[in-house]
Amino acid sequence: MARLVISWIDRRFPLTKFIKHELTEYPTPRNLNYWWNFGFLAGFVLVLQIISGVFLAMHYKPDALLAFASIEHIMREVNYGWLLRYLHSTGASAFFVVIFIHMARTLYYGTYRAPRELMWWTGQVLLVLLMATAFMGYLLPWGQMSYWGAQVITNLFGATPMIGDEVVVWLRGDFVVGDATINRFFVLHFLFPFLICGMVLIHLVALHYVRSSNPSGFNLDAKDNIPFHPYFTTKDLFGLGVFLVIFCFFVFFYPEFFIESENNIPADPLNTPAHIVPEWYFLPFYAILRAIPDMLGGVVAMVLSILIFTAMPYLDRSKIPGGSRYRPAYRILFYVFVVNVAVLAYVGAQPPTDAMTLLGRIATFIYFGVFLLLPFLSKHEEKWLLERGLSREVLDLIEGEESHERRRKATARREETKR
Amino acid sequence: MSEQELEDRERRDFLGKVTAAVGGAGAAAACWPFISSMNPATNVLSKATTEIELSMIPEGETKTVSWQGKPVFVVHRSPDQIAAMSKSNSRIDPQPDEERAKKSEWLVVVGICTHLGCVPNKTDKGWSCPCHGSEYDLSGRVLKGPAPKNLELPPYDFVADDKLLIGKT
Repeated sequence: MARLVISWIDRRFPLTKFIKHELTEYPTPRNLNYWWNFGFLAGFVLVLQIISGVFLAMHYKPDALLAFASIEHIMREVNYGWLLRYLHSTGASAFFVVIFIHMARTLYYGTYRAPRELMWWTGQVLLVLLMATAFMGYLLPWGQMSYWGAQVITNLFGATPMIGDEVVVWLRGDFVVGDATINRFFVLHFLFPFLICGMVLIHLVALHYVRSSNPSGFNLDAKDNIPFHPYFTTKDLFGLGVFLVIFCFFVFFYPEFFIESENNIPADPLNTPAHIVPEWYFLPFYAILRAIPDMLGGVVAMVLSILIFTAMPYLDRSKIPGGSRYRPAYRILFYVFVVNVAVLAYVGAQPPTDAMTLLGRIATFIYFGVFLLLPFLSKHEEKWLLERGLSREVLDLIEGEESHERRRKATARREETKR
Repeated sequence: MSEQELEDRERRDFLGKVTAAVGGAGAAAACWPFISSMNPATNVLSKATTEIELSMIPEGETKTVSWQGKPVFVVHRSPDQIAAMSKSNSRIDPQPDEERAKKSEWLVVVGICTHLGCVPNKTDKGWSCPCHGSEYDLSGRVLKGPAPKNLELPPYDFVADDKLLIGKT
């Protein structure tokens, strides 16, 4: 019976062919390590956020007078409401953890290089959409941190030259963050995940066109690719199991770990908390914002700190692939960058004392310095590595990739003549 | 792993099926909180019962009260009305009047037409539904269609001499 139904569909829609081509027989490099699990995990968290979010939206009220109480209603009266909310709030943090690791993997292995620039750039768009969604979602509980976070971030747009004040009022629909703001943030917080889904689709189409990268940084011979199923379905599911153990630990035992206690006080437009901090995933960027004494300069630096990743395929001028794996200088730069981001996050969470401001400025300087140093460093490193002589392993891989390339071109030529 | 183990297809299939079953059961169980969250929350459930002072309703009068958001007609029937009702019956859904009221002077019925859910209006003889013309007598029994059944009886109890609790027996 099932076979009949499937063959009926197959005559009208390429179901079996699609599953075979894109999933079960999809050729995947056999040397993928666990850092390659995080794309799948990001997809899982996206689905989890959408489901828990939709169910929360059934009980939530986007109204300045009712929002805070409706969260209490969810926590106290809705069946499993506490679980829905903690899944969603912990899920937001988990999303950023997974995405940051996913990005760090790309940077470490240098897999943003050709032909995967569009993977990297669609990923950048996804990061910006994710940040916007998270920021708008954070206003919805209408606690003190929610309110003043939104007030401060919408104020950033006041740095727009000429029409700054008008832009801020337009964004809020009010002179301060108010009822109009929470209502539109709720609508957009609901809408953006669907934009994210669309972008993920493009990300995946690009992925399946250029195929997965791998730790070697080279395109592997056909013999070094194995079918996605069962090898990587199993590996992804195992990774999911490990992820869920950690995730559920926070959901069930430390659900308030990622929630500022200040946010349990209802929003008060006339009273700012003594020390406001953004959510942890915005801290490094917040530190960069504060490091620049000029308001417009700070905003520009913060925006640049996110957009500068886009330039990576051009900033990295070395022809030797594999990122940190075969390039010691690049590896040092990577670790300097990661540690520096951690320092920025720490500074972002501290009150702005003189020492912290200085530390924040140094770290901001290093943050952008790493990107600006990269073009020169990568070129010199390449020269140095070639003079020193590449290892047998790398030479074999280069040879493998060249023969792979030759074969691919030969097949393309054959098909050309056939036509 | 030995060659022999790799070739043991039956064992492999079994493990595959067990894994799928455990995973499926886990996924199904994980659906429960989501489904459950759509059921009435505890604040809604706390409105499950309604209490009424019966002394407020003089003989011959009807009071409409809200129980779980639904209208409930509480009628203080006169001896004449009781006598008339115990003699007559419905042809569509026959039921003796004694079964319709726990205390014969008090009729308690859910005021929702059993046809399509409108609230019937009070008439001298009983109720008449404004939507499709169904008629009910003073025992809440349907006299004229299209309603298929008598007005529903909610669970209720006389918790004191003049106190009625609707929603629990």
